[in-house]
Amino acid sequence: METLCTERTLEPGAFTDILEERRRTSDLSHALRTFSPQPYRGHSLSSAKALNQAVLDSQYMRYITQEIATENGEPVELIREEASRILEEMSHNLQLSFIRLVCYTLTKVFKRVFRRILVNEDGLNRLQQALQEHPVILMPNHRSYVDFLIISYILFTYDLSIPVIAAGIPLMGMKLIGEILRRCGAFFIRRAIGADKLYWAVLSEYVRTIVKTGYAPVEFYVEGLRSRTLKSLNPKLGMMHMVLEPFFKGEVYDISLVPISISYDRVLEESLLAHELLGVPKPKETTMGLLRARTVLQEDYGSMHVCFGAPVSVRELAKGRTDRLQYNLVPRDLPQKPSEDTQTFVSLVAHGVVCLQEKGAILSPWSLMALILLQSPEGLSLDTLTQRTVWLRGLALTFGAHLDWPAQVSEKEVMSSSMSLHRSVVRCEGGQVLLLGEQQPGGDASASPEGDVLKRAAVVLMCASYRNQALHVFVRPSLVAVAMAITPSRRKEDVFTHFKFLQELFSLEFVFVPGMAGQDFEDGCSLLVRCGALQSTDGELMVTEQWAQTGYFLRAVLQPFMQTYQVVIRHLTENSGKEFTERQYIPAVRSYTMKLILAGELDTYEALSSDTQKNVLYALLRMEAVTKAKTGDQREFKVNKAAIQRIGDILAGRISPQSAAYSRL
Amino acid sequence: MASNGKSSERQRTAQQRLRIIAGHLRKPEEADHTEIAAQECKAESSRTNPEKPNSMPKRRQEIMKWNGWGYSDSRFLFNKKGQAEFTGKRYRLSGLIMPSLKDWFEGTFGANLQHKSPAAPALNAGVVPPPNLNEVFVEELKATGIPFSQDADDRMFRAHGHCLHEIFALREGHFGRCPDMVVWPNCHNDVVKIVELACKHNVCLMPYGGGTSVSSALECPPEETRSIVSLDTSQMNRILWIDEKNLTAHVEAGIIGQDLERLLNESGYCTGHEPDSMEFSSLGGWVATRASGMKKNIYGNIEDLVVHIKMVTPRGVIEKSCQGPRMSTGPDVHHFILGSEGTLGVVTEVTMKIRPIPEYQKYGSVVFPNFQQGVACLREVAKQRCAPASIRLMDNEQFKFGHALKPQVSSIFTSFLDGLKKFYITKFKGFDQDQLCVATLLFEGDREKVLQHEKQVYDIAAKFGGLAAGEDNGQRGYMLTFVIAYLRDLGMDYYVIGESFETSVPWDRVLDLCRNVKERIVRECKEKGVQFPPLSTCRVTQTYDVGACVYFYFAFNYRGLSDPLNVYLQVEHAAREEILANGGSLSHHHGVGKLRKEWMQESVSSVGLGMLRSVKEYVDPDNIFGNRNLL
Repeated sequence: METLCTERTLEPGAFTDILEERRRTSDLSHALRTFSPQPYRGHSLSSAKALNQAVLDSQYMRYITQEIATENGEPVELIREEASRILEEMSHNLQLSFIRLVCYTLTKVFKRVFRRILVNEDGLNRLQQALQEHPVILMPNHRSYVDFLIISYILFTYDLSIPVIAAGIPLMGMKLIGEILRRCGAFFIRRAIGADKLYWAVLSEYVRTIVKTGYAPVEFYVEGLRSRTLKSLNPKLGMMHMVLEPFFKGEVYDISLVPISISYDRVLEESLLAHELLGVPKPKETTMGLLRARTVLQEDYGSMHVCFGAPVSVRELAKGRTDRLQYNLVPRDLPQKPSEDTQTFVSLVAHGVVCLQEKGAILSPWSLMALILLQSPEGLSLDTLTQRTVWLRGLALTFGAHLDWPAQVSEKEVMSSSMSLHRSVVRCEGGQVLLLGEQQPGGDASASPEGDVLKRAAVVLMCASYRNQALHVFVRPSLVAVAMAITPSRRKEDVFTHFKFLQELFSLEFVFVPGMAGQDFEDGCSLLVRCGALQSTDGELMVTEQWAQTGYFLRAVLQPFMQTYQVVIRHLTENSGKEFTERQYIPAVRSYTMKLILAGELDTYEALSSDTQKNVLYALLRMEAVTKAKTGDQREFKVNKAAIQRIGDILAGRISPQSAAYSRL
Repeated sequence: MASNGKSSERQRTAQQRLRIIAGHLRKPEEADHTEIAAQECKAESSRTNPEKPNSMPKRRQEIMKWNGWGYSDSRFLFNKKGQAEFTGKRYRLSGLIMPSLKDWFEGTFGANLQHKSPAAPALNAGVVPPPNLNEVFVEELKATGIPFSQDADDRMFRAHGHCLHEIFALREGHFGRCPDMVVWPNCHNDVVKIVELACKHNVCLMPYGGGTSVSSALECPPEETRSIVSLDTSQMNRILWIDEKNLTAHVEAGIIGQDLERLLNESGYCTGHEPDSMEFSSLGGWVATRASGMKKNIYGNIEDLVVHIKMVTPRGVIEKSCQGPRMSTGPDVHHFILGSEGTLGVVTEVTMKIRPIPEYQKYGSVVFPNFQQGVACLREVAKQRCAPASIRLMDNEQFKFGHALKPQVSSIFTSFLDGLKKFYITKFKGFDQDQLCVATLLFEGDREKVLQHEKQVYDIAAKFGGLAAGEDNGQRGYMLTFVIAYLRDLGMDYYVIGESFETSVPWDRVLDLCRNVKERIVRECKEKGVQFPPLSTCRVTQTYDVGACVYFYFAFNYRGLSDPLNVYLQVEHAAREEILANGGSLSHHHGVGKLRKEWMQESVSSVGLGMLRSVKEYVDPDNIFGNRNLL
């Protein structure tokens, strides 16, 4: 994965504020601007209707409908009608007039909530080139509902082809909005498709047809959904495979993947997301809900950065990794189970793109401050905070992060403006900086102790989400630091064995490209060497005097996760039954955690995050310490307490994991 | 024999036939009346027979270029006025001026007439390494009376085919391993003697027919330490008999295409086998490489035309005992021979199907708005199984190339007409000049059927937006086939190198394969530092029930490259990988030789390759036929 995951990524060039011009000139003339993008040179379909017809007429659909008809003993016409209905529900109906309308509205909204929307124009120039040469897949991360149309908005502004966007069905359910989105190029995918063969067929043929005819750029969220924690999610592979298939089958020469990183100073949904993680259910997506959320629009959300990464050539990536010959012996129109190589490759590409999104992210000073604040739950003085944040800025830059640190502004001002932007989370009183929720001013007398904990936890989780935006910068060296803490050995091999164990355990927490553990370890070590905290000689890792501060900090970065994982492991080994469903699991862990916090045995409020709790369970499932069985309609988890205990012991440094082959030594 | 009247009619059709061939091949020449005799191989008498119907002398270099394509008297050049002309008298294009070739050439390749890269002037015999002779073998060969030569220029001439790297090396004056002597057997029995002697003295034999190989098949393996003898079949060139009842002809395998066709025409027959190289390539070479002819839709490819083969191998002579039209006698042993590329023995005599010369022949052409529509039309034609004798689809680049080769028009009226045609197609019909492509057609048969057939094909074409574009365009398209090889030599005078290669591919992949391979060539050139975008173009040259044969040309300007040959080889290699990855075959008719050997196992599976190897091991355990092709 040389091209995807080494440090040779392009430095994002200068950013331009696209709102600046909007504030100076008429919104209407922007919305009515002449729009004539250079089309992809191979494109062959012209209308949404022609696209749908091509899908329904395809040999593939003919084959699948016939097959389903035979299986179900129904007339094929019936199946074809069903397919046609599915397609109708799914398909986009991109109309320029709606793009104009929506862009007009968005300009109004954006101008109100954001100070700036910053875009790297060099990235757009590269995109413009790519759009003409090959089918392009736009792959943004998804952190807020606000960014759903931001790419279309930017491309419209820069006179580039408007993409069609894969969206979840719930969005379609919103009255009016669903229809507007459809006309802005959204196409809708059901959430749980499961074994619905016909649906899969329609969807995959639809996507493939768009890609191979170069009908329009395809935009989709490889993470599958909006990240509740602002942390990158492990990618979903179904859609990824669909867009890559035309390349595998030689139907296009190449496909360009464009990772897009969207980062916020402050996310509109911050409090909503935190409460969701704590078990307060997410409101259903309705138009009324959206209207009610207008109050949210009264506030200041700082800047938004949209960084268009360098297009990645699928052909380049596939060199030596996939064998296109495998498609030679079966008609390409027939469904064919992808080979193992292909599946591995798709997973590699998807993970790699997420890593590139992380690399392109722009960190705000606030993200760094959040890292520090969370390590001092009791609060700290403004001076200390400033001093540590400045130190951390240096470390982050050494680790290759992109920072949006305002130039020619004093450090103090940076601190205070960040804190004022995030006054819903933090306050500064008499030179002391505190997270909110410690003691509620005018304390709500009726509040239960649980209520207090939840309030405090909500603030911590909001703060944590901004820290999460910066985690990818530190995670590899942090894992090395933790691995070094839980093994007494300084031999690289032993540290790597622990590193690999931790990476596996945290595989759902952080995104790593599968099969690249050696590379990740090397990266982590070399960053530590670069910042002067380590020396690497003869297969030994030697700490320097700087290790004390850096190592401590890096371990503390992962501390909340370590603690949460230990709590859950404790719960599973000591507290829970041997069998349970997911529905039972979350409340059980939550109340167990709550109990520990109230008893003062646990100081990590983050342990209350249902997201992390779920990740632990699924990581244990991956490591086969938990198994999943279907009994009746319920999926039940079965716990292997001994295996979990072992994992807990390794995590606590009591025993060693089985040594892993360290290939890179 | 037929009655007098009948034979004079036959003679007339023969004359007409000659004109037809000349139409797309060469200028008519004085028919030199030679007798066709089923004569015994009497070495002395026939060797001294001055009336031999042979266009190919033993010392080929006397009429052919030693470091380029074709006849010495025919070549392209830019005259003092900077206009391109074609010299000589042999071809329709000979002596004509092509006014737009220069602009096309400079525009397409970024070449410049000021920047010349001339070839080394003449063969310096001193550079050719001295022969490594097996003295006993030479002695015993002398005793048989079979002619041979150890001259440097004879040996040099047979050390190569016509791959770009081979010609490039010659022009630069680099010579690799050469055959150590050349021997010219006169008949089957001569070959038997030579092979026996070679086996006896462990000498390596390399059969040499027309020398038009483009697969490195004629390259002497550098690791070969034995004496290498090039076995030139050109003197085995007689039609031994014609069987008019069964419509077969028994022919010596050294005969070259144009002679075979001419001689049969004189008796009112033809084989209909017309590969692009037919001016020079030989019957034995066709068999050994599984050749394909332009008119295979009517006559079939070589494997369909062959009825009986005689081949001399180190184990003895292989042939079938009868000439039944089809047999169920286990796997067809002919198929061990067809495509064996000189690794098993020498094909000496072949019985071939022949057909009466068709009464009527008509060229045609169709312009399509784009390549996609053109391919769709060819597919439909194949589906309806109504392909004309030949149907070929050129892409846009080749269409423009064809235009650049238009000779100077004789009258203002013609140029006015051309202008009108162009106006009609681009302005009135809305065809995009940079998209449109043209199919060339050749119909054959009796007049009525041809006209009917023509209508059917044009009707199909119309459904795909095709417009009939006249006979002239069609004919020029076929003429191009024969001169394009000469053009490469012109390019090489000005820093432009190029090559052609081919594949066969299922119908549904034709478009994808063409696009991807062309694109791959362009990208690879760019990556390898080629300064100007290359010419990367293709045409569909044959249609089958399940697929088509696609032919690619690519060429680029190599100024500024330190190792152009290596760049070229890498690009060609990448293009072949791309072909295979897109479901194309390793070769449709050029063969494997040594150039494409590395992909054989992948192409036919290791068991398949093992089967071929075991045949080789049985037939030629000592690797006497040691050209190391194929396996």
